[in-house]
Amino acid sequence: MCLGVPGRVLRVEGLIATVDFWGLKRQVRLDVVDEPVQPGDYVLNHVGFAIRRIPAEEIQETLSLYEELLRAGESDMMAADVRGEIEASPESADSGEPDA
Amino acid sequence: MPDESVRTSANELKFRDPSQARALADRLSGLCEEIAREPISVMHVCGTHEQAIAKYGLRTILPKSLDLIMGPGCPVCVTDMPEVDEAVVLAEDGALIATYGDMLRVPGTAKSLADAQAEGARVEVVYSAAQAVELARSMQQEVVFFASGFETTAVATAAIALQDDLPPNLSILSAHKYVPPAMEIVAQIPATQVEGFLAAGHAATITGWGIFEPLAERYKIPVVVAGFEPLDILAGLVRLVELVKDGTPAVDNMYPRCVTREGNRVAQEQMWRVFRTVGGRWRGIADVPDGNLRLRPEYAHLDARVRFEIDIRRLWQLAPSALAEKCICGAIMSGLASPSDCELFGKECDPENPVGACMVSSEGTCKIWYQYGGRPDL
Ligand code: SF4
Repeated sequence: MCLGVPGRVLRVEGLIATVDFWGLKRQVRLDVVDEPVQPGDYVLNHVGFAIRRIPAEEIQETLSLYEELLRAGESDMMAADVRGEIEASPESADSGEPDA
Repeated sequence: MPDESVRTSANELKFRDPSQARALADRLSGLCEEIAREPISVMHVCGTHEQAIAKYGLRTILPKSLDLIMGPGCPVCVTDMPEVDEAVVLAEDGALIATYGDMLRVPGTAKSLADAQAEGARVEVVYSAAQAVELARSMQQEVVFFASGFETTAVATAAIALQDDLPPNLSILSAHKYVPPAMEIVAQIPATQVEGFLAAGHAATITGWGIFEPLAERYKIPVVVAGFEPLDILAGLVRLVELVKDGTPAVDNMYPRCVTREGNRVAQEQMWRVFRTVGGRWRGIADVPDGNLRLRPEYAHLDARVRFEIDIRRLWQLAPSALAEKCICGAIMSGLASPSDCELFGKECDPENPVGACMVSSEGTCKIWYQYGGRPDL
């Protein structure tokens, strides 16, 4: 429950961002994020809230870990926790085309 | 028996860079040889660390003299029975309890929320605090968000509490816990003999690593913040054992990609606006001064404890199960025992029929060992 999951910001409207998590578009709240967030940024999402904007130079390394986790399949506990984090954000009606 | 299919899938996962893992393991061995005594006990305080350690079989490549023990890193597991009782009573009295999935089967004194649900109470699993708000908006019934988790999760609850258009039938029952004071308690338990802490990356994303400096100073104990990727954990351990060897009680950050010295100030500010720390029991471990996060009086209108009279004593007439008395979750979370020391592990107690909270949560050591096969015997 202390895991965060990275996703790419597609759109920002007020305190709600539409974020892409490996093709799933979700709405993530920006109330507590530490820095201003723009389309194209990556954020670390935890229980529906972005808790950190990931610095550009660290995005790749952060993503590859999760990609490996998600490949581990349905029954894996860590993969299930990652999916749970993505579920924490409501689906977005967004058609999926990035704004930026 | 642990689920074989799960173990196989876990074992297919390899280190992304085996040569780097090997180099780090060699460095650790070298350091432990130089220290030349055993055991060298270091503790991590993060369920996600334990998951990664068990999943990747990290303990198999650690030097024998290095004892990597797990501390109170599972917020669900340390939720005390009376806290669960409060939620059960509220549910029985007709409120809808919205809570994170892991909380459902955590045993209270006499029953869990899942038991209450089976008897007709309304309990809904939510993934986020925002979903609890939506639930309340969609109905007349009182909705109580039974909120658990460490600071990483408490900030989400705080953000909700600060929202100004909340439905009037929503309240919050906070079982949130604050990690740094619990590390102090564990550092004081003489039998544990922890010589260094590996602190959890994501909680420190919020608090920043500077929060550990007073602890390091007061108990002369080094603290290293580490991520939960296997190589991150190994690198964190190398740094930690270096500090142990040099006798340097410093704090070091090996997870700069997520953690800064100051942490997330925006989140901290919101968290402390809504919550204050209160002493209280962490299940099985101890009374932890300042270990619980409770709503400040300014938010009394949202506080289920203020809004409702919660008489949990009526549950106490129901006897707890005899098995529960044999559960050693508390000793496990204090670093004094392992799941394999529990006579119920994998027998009377498994994820389908959990006896203790450590077998319920995906961050609980017993469940993690059960799923990933536990400590390999070398
Ligand atoms: S195996 Fe079950 S009973 Fe034993 S310590 Fe773990 S949770 Fe408690």
